[in-house]
Amino acid sequence: MGSATKAERIRRPKGAMARLLQRRMAVFGLVLIAIVVAGAVLAPWIAPFSPDEQHFDGLTIEGAPLPPDARFIMGTDLLGRDLFSRVLYGARTSLVIGIVANGVALLIGTLVGITAGYFRGWLGAVLMRFTDLMMAFPALLLAICLAAIFQPSLWIVAMVIALVNWVQTARVIYTETTSLATRDFIAAERTLGAGTGRILFRHILPHLVPTIIVWGTLGISTTVLLEATLSFLGVGVQPPTPSWGNIIFENQTYFQSAPWLVFIPGAVIILLALAFNLVGDALRDVLDPTQRGRG
Amino acid sequence: MIPAAQAMEPTTGAVTAPVLRVQGLTVSVQTEDGLRPLVSELSFVVRRGETLAIAGESGSGKSITSLAIMGLLPPPAVRVTGGQVMLGETDLATLPESRMRAVRGDRIAMIFQEPMTSLNPVMTVGTQLIEAIRAHEDVSRSAARARALEALRAVRLSQPERRMTQYAHELSGGMRQRVMIAMALALRPEVLIADEPTTALDVTVQREVLDLLRDLQREMGTAIILITHDMGVVAEMADRVIVMQNGRMVEEAATKDLFARPREAYTRDLLAAVPRMGAGVAQAEKPADAPVARLSDVVVRFGLKGGVLGRVVQNVHAVEHVSFDIRRGETFALVGESGCGKSTIAKAIVGLVPHQGRIEIAGQALEGLDAAGQKAYRRQVQMVFQDPMAALDPRMRVGDLIAEPLAIHGLGGVAEQRARAADLMARVGLSADQLDRYPHEFSGGQRQRICIARALALNPALIIADESVSALDVSVQARVLALLRALQDEFGVAFLFISHDMAVVENISDRVAVMYLGQIVELGTRAQVFGNPQHPYTRRLIDAVPVPDPAHQRMAQARLAGEVPSPVHALGAGPERVRLRDVGQGHLVAEG
Repeated sequence: MGSATKAERIRRPKGAMARLLQRRMAVFGLVLIAIVVAGAVLAPWIAPFSPDEQHFDGLTIEGAPLPPDARFIMGTDLLGRDLFSRVLYGARTSLVIGIVANGVALLIGTLVGITAGYFRGWLGAVLMRFTDLMMAFPALLLAICLAAIFQPSLWIVAMVIALVNWVQTARVIYTETTSLATRDFIAAERTLGAGTGRILFRHILPHLVPTIIVWGTLGISTTVLLEATLSFLGVGVQPPTPSWGNIIFENQTYFQSAPWLVFIPGAVIILLALAFNLVGDALRDVLDPTQRGRG
Repeated sequence: MIPAAQAMEPTTGAVTAPVLRVQGLTVSVQTEDGLRPLVSELSFVVRRGETLAIAGESGSGKSITSLAIMGLLPPPAVRVTGGQVMLGETDLATLPESRMRAVRGDRIAMIFQEPMTSLNPVMTVGTQLIEAIRAHEDVSRSAARARALEALRAVRLSQPERRMTQYAHELSGGMRQRVMIAMALALRPEVLIADEPTTALDVTVQREVLDLLRDLQREMGTAIILITHDMGVVAEMADRVIVMQNGRMVEEAATKDLFARPREAYTRDLLAAVPRMGAGVAQAEKPADAPVARLSDVVVRFGLKGGVLGRVVQNVHAVEHVSFDIRRGETFALVGESGCGKSTIAKAIVGLVPHQGRIEIAGQALEGLDAAGQKAYRRQVQMVFQDPMAALDPRMRVGDLIAEPLAIHGLGGVAEQRARAADLMARVGLSADQLDRYPHEFSGGQRQRICIARALALNPALIIADESVSALDVSVQARVLALLRALQDEFGVAFLFISHDMAVVENISDRVAVMYLGQIVELGTRAQVFGNPQHPYTRRLIDAVPVPDPAHQRMAQARLAGEVPSPVHALGAGPERVRLRDVGQGHLVAEG
C-alpha cells in the first residue's frame, strides 16, 4: 500500500513551534519582527536622542536635512530631528496599528463573514448588504468622519482603522464559508448531531486559517499606510508623536533632495510586512496537516 | 435492429494491418527523488475495426497510457521517457505539438468520462461541432454544418436540428456523451480512445451508449481503445483485453480466453472481485420483528423560484409518497438511476432536507423534535457518504474523527473515547496505531473504513450507506462489502443501502425497493425483485447491467435514446401517484 509506506517515512508530529523553527525563512521573519518589537519597547534606552528634539546642527546652513552620518545614523528630517530616534519611537505607533487595528479588523471580518456564510438567509443577506455598503463608501472619508467625531488618539485611530478595514476580509471569508458549508464533511458533522458552534469553530474555522493569515499579513502594510494617510490629513496620530507613516508624509516634499527621509521609513514598513508575510506563510503550512510530509 | 450478440464477434475474419502500434512505452513523472515510471514498457497493437480494452484499477496507468497516445500528458512533470507510439508510419511520441494538433481529432480522437467538462459551456453544440470539423478540413461553413447534423443523426440524438442550437447544460448526461461521440467520429478517425466513456452514466444510458459505439464501429471500421475499470463493459465490448497493474501489463488475451482462463493471479483476483448478478449468497430470512425504521408517505419537494417577485413557481418532486419499513439487522436497498430521489430519501431520514410525512427511527419520530430531541434521534441513525475523502474533515486526525460522534454526544472521557476509537479501528480492519494520522495518508478503501467506524461509534440502529462503495475499485469494493456484512452480523445494525449498481445491490441486500421518478415502483425481497421482476422499469434496469461474461447472449432490444421525464411540475400539479399492488408474499409492484 503506497500511502502507508509514505506515511511511515513521515516523522511523528512535533509541536507547531518546533516545525516552524525548521524553516529558514520563517526564522528570518521572526528575527525581523523581534528586532522591531525590541526597538519599539526599548526605544527610550536605544534611541540616541529624544524623537522630538530639534537639533541646531541638524540642518545644513541652507536649512536642508542632513544625510546619514556618524552622529545621525539615518540623517535628520526637515525639522532637524534625528530620524533614527523617530523611526524607533514610530515603531511603537505602527506596531499598535499594524497588530491591534489589523487584528480587530480581521476578527470583525471573520465573524461577519463566517456568520453570513454559514447561516445565509435573511441574516446573511443583511450582513452582506451592510458589507457591500461599507465597501462602496470611501474608506478614507469614513475614517475622517469617525476620527473627527472622536478625539484623535493612538487607540482611537487604531479602532477607526479596524472599523474600515474589516470589509474585504468579511467578503472573502463569506465566500469561502459558503463553499465549505456545502462540503460533505460538514453534512456528515450535522448528521452526527453536532451543534452550530461546534461546526463553525471546530470544522469551518480551521479551514479558513490560511485565508485569515494571508489577509492578516496583507493588512499590516495597508493599515500602517492608512494610519499614515490619516496622520497626513491631520486626523491620525497627532504630531509630534512619530509613526512610520507620518514620517513619510511629513518629509515627502524632500523626496528629491533627501530621499532617505522617505526611503528609510518606507523600507522599514516593507520589511515588517515582509517579516509577517514570511511567518504567516510558514505558519499556514505548519498548521495544515495535509501539507505534512510534502515539500 | 441487429442482435447485439452478433456485434460481439470479431468484426472481420481477415487479420488487418495494425492501425496503432505501441512499443515499449514508458511514461515517467519527475519527482524530487528523480524520475518515477507511471507506465513501464507497455507494448500492444490495435487493428482496424477492433476493440482493445485496457482494464485495471485506479493507479494502474491506463488513463496515463491514453493521454500519452494523445500527446496530452500534463507538462512538464509527466512525459514519455521511452518507446514509440506508431500511428501508421508516424511516431506520435516524438511528434512536435504543432503537428500533433493536426493528428488529434482527425486521425485519432478521444472521448472522456465526464462529457460536461469536455464540452465548452458557452458555445452551442452545433458551433463546437462545426469548429471541430473546420479545424481539420478545409470545408465551407454550410458543408461543415451539414456534416455536423449528419454526425448528430449518426449518434441517434433526437431532434438533431434543435440540439445544434443548444448548450451543454441543456442536455442530459447521456445526450452529452452522444454529442462527444459525434464530435469524435465526425472526422472518421482511425483510432478512437474512449476513457471510461460510460462510468458517469446511468446503467440504462450506458447500455445505449455502448450499443451506439459498437454500431458506429461496425459502420466506420474505427479501431477503439476502451479504457475501463468495469469488467462487464470489457466482456461486452472488447475483442482483446490488456490487464494493467501499477503501470505494467499483467496479461494480454482475447476477451473470451481471459474470462474463461485467466493466466495471472492478479487477473483471477480482479475477476473474482467483480460483483455478478445472481451470485448473492442466500441468507436466512430475517425475523420480521418491530421495524427499526418506518417511513410513511414521505414527500420531499424543492421549490424553484422564478418571476419578478422570486416566488416559488415550480416544484421539483424529488420524493413522492414513499413508504417502507426496515427491519432490525437487515439490509434494505434502494436502487434507481440518478435523479430518482434515492439520495434525497437518505437526506430526509437524517434531517438534512425538510420533508412531509412521517419518518420513525427506533420508535422515535423525526417530526416536531426540539434540538435535544434531534440530537437523541441522530444517535440512532448514521450515514456513510459516497466520497470518503470529502466526508472526512481533512484537518482532523483519524482518531479524533472516529471519536467525534462520542465527543458530540458527550459520551465518556477523552481516554475512553480514544480507546473506543482504537477498538473501532481494529473492527474495520485498520490498525490502532494509525489513529494519529490524517485522512490523506490513507487509501480510498481505508478512508471508507474510517467512515464506517465513525458511523458505528454510537451503536446506531440504522446506518445509511449512500453509494458508499461506488467510488471504490472492485477489489476494494468487494472487501468493504464483506466488512459491512460482517459488521452487520456482529452489531445487529440495519443498513439502508443506496446504490445505482444492480449487481452490488443483488449481492448485499435482503430486500430491495426500485425507485423511479421519486416513487417506489417495485419492492420485495431480493429473490422476488431479481428472480421475478414484475415492473418493466425493474426489468430494464436488470437487463441493462453489463455482464462480465463474453459468452452471455443479450436479448435484442429496441435501441432508442430514451429520456427520463422531468420531475419538475408547476405549482398544484404533480406526477401521477402510483399504486402498489401485492403480487404475493409482500412483493409490491406498481400498477399500470
